[in-house]
Amino acid sequence: MKFLPLIWSNLRRRKLRSLLTVLSILVAFVLFGALSSIKQALTGGVQMAGADRLVVRHKVSIIQLLPESYKARMERIPGVVLATHQTWFGGIYQDPRNFFMQCPVLPEEFLDIHPEIIVAPEQKQAWLQTRTGAVVGRKTADKFHWKIGDKVPIQSTIWAQGDGSRTWTFDIVGIYDGRDKGTDTTAMLFRYDYFEEARVGAKGQVGWYTIRVKDPARAVETAKLVDKEFENSDAETKTEPEGAFLQGWASAIGNIALIVAAILGAVFFTILLVSGNTMSQAVRERTGELGVLKAIGFTNAQVVALILVESCLLSMLGGGLGLGLAWMAVSRGDPTGGLLPLFYFPGRDLLLGAVLSLALGLATGFFPALQALRLRAADALRRM
Amino acid sequence: MSDNTTSDGALVRVERVEKTFHRGGGDIHVLADLNLQVSAREFLALMGPSGSGKSTLLNLIGGLDRPTQGSVMVGGERIDQLSDRQLARWRARHVGFIFQLYNLMPVLSAERNVELPLLLTHLSKAERAEHVQTALAVVGLAHRAKHYPRTLSGGEQQRVGIARAIVTDPTLLLCDEPTGDLDRKAGDEILDLLQALNREHGKTIIMVTHDPHASARAARTVHLDKGQLWSEAQK
Repeated sequence: MKFLPLIWSNLRRRKLRSLLTVLSILVAFVLFGALSSIKQALTGGVQMAGADRLVVRHKVSIIQLLPESYKARMERIPGVVLATHQTWFGGIYQDPRNFFMQCPVLPEEFLDIHPEIIVAPEQKQAWLQTRTGAVVGRKTADKFHWKIGDKVPIQSTIWAQGDGSRTWTFDIVGIYDGRDKGTDTTAMLFRYDYFEEARVGAKGQVGWYTIRVKDPARAVETAKLVDKEFENSDAETKTEPEGAFLQGWASAIGNIALIVAAILGAVFFTILLVSGNTMSQAVRERTGELGVLKAIGFTNAQVVALILVESCLLSMLGGGLGLGLAWMAVSRGDPTGGLLPLFYFPGRDLLLGAVLSLALGLATGFFPALQALRLRAADALRRM
Repeated sequence: MSDNTTSDGALVRVERVEKTFHRGGGDIHVLADLNLQVSAREFLALMGPSGSGKSTLLNLIGGLDRPTQGSVMVGGERIDQLSDRQLARWRARHVGFIFQLYNLMPVLSAERNVELPLLLTHLSKAERAEHVQTALAVVGLAHRAKHYPRTLSGGEQQRVGIARAIVTDPTLLLCDEPTGDLDRKAGDEILDLLQALNREHGKTIIMVTHDPHASARAARTVHLDKGQLWSEAQK
């Protein structure tokens, strides 16, 4: 600590240069935070996926429907505990930009298979008693200021009712929370029986199934049995663990992790050059002063430590500010208005960012420190 | 190393020292078979033309360099045999350097500059502050403690440099052309200060100078030319 005034004074020596270096590091870490959050949003579902859940969809495409009658057949397959279905509703609330998922479900079975969805018992009861009842996630409820008792009209882009209307009205009977930080609380769930009775077309057809298996270790084996059950039928199935299913969605955009790593790698390499140049200049300018320090009695190790601490202070200042700004920006929520329900800055990536800023400081200070290490006091003083 | 002189009272003993620099594929012999003794509490001036080896000899005595051959003993210790780390620690405890161009840190105030050598000790913040105030008072600059070098005159900067050199109470003060960048008046003030440190505080001072006016303040003057001591003049 007693060396801090010396180190801090050196950082303030060329204020503009230090400021610009800190700003460039700051920008890099804001980008790091933003990209980490986007990566989390696109792949986070994979991490939250239940180990004991399989997703069954039409083999050709998920937009192809499956018969409702498959449920009973699935539940007879060895290893399957429960099968429940969902269907994509594709609804709009007031504005197409207000995106959130709506799904007709079998309430009790859905909640049983998804224990991470927490609904208060009295709300669950109300749902079971209200045919037009819907349970909505906390994020969406807060966003639109919905409360229990509200009637909410949703315009479906896919499903029309018997009178030709595509406007479906739901009664908000419950607001659910997520058990875990990464649980999606943007969805709206309503009763399948209401949907099935009212819709025109595709009667008895559903979007996909979610199965709970008895033994997660044998999930893949059970998946094969499910697909075998429906082999050579009109609607063949593709069954896979929920994590793999969600991974497939993320992969459709591209290898997210690789893209993020490539972008951040390029950015950090550039910053390494910028900061490294700053530190090299700083040490070159101070050759004489470093010679004086050595003459006074500072050891090589102490001089090296001074330079490395200065370098780390610079990078951690920029990194800390950048991560802080990213945190604040991401805390404001999904910037797309609903397309990225799992948009947040994971704690592990925040910690990684802090470690990276320290590593950046050490890396950029390495060669200047080596320069200082090799400097002979007598030679440095002769140059002054 | 208290007043750890040899049996003949020499604090500094340089014996058969040679120093050769390797530059551009060739050798430059700066010092050749040089012998010198400096007594404790002595004020010695080293004079000679440019390139005679004065600063090189000073660097060897101050532990900033090692001889190619020969030995350098200070306070009974063979400093030419110490490792770099040991030499650094030795310098911190026993030597105060005063440079021609003051060599103050421009980003630190006078008191922070003077405090630098004390950062290498185990003194507390309060103790360091006390030592700094004392050193600045000795050189007559206690009232300029918070000022930065850019706001000090050349003479004042050199006095801060002297304060820095004496703040750890070293046994040996090594001065390389301390008045070389000052006008006569400021230079005389510095020489007065050095004499006071020698006479009143018992500091052993070795001063490199090319100025006879400065060397006249020393108790003894030795001349170097082409790496060898040619004559001594004792007053």
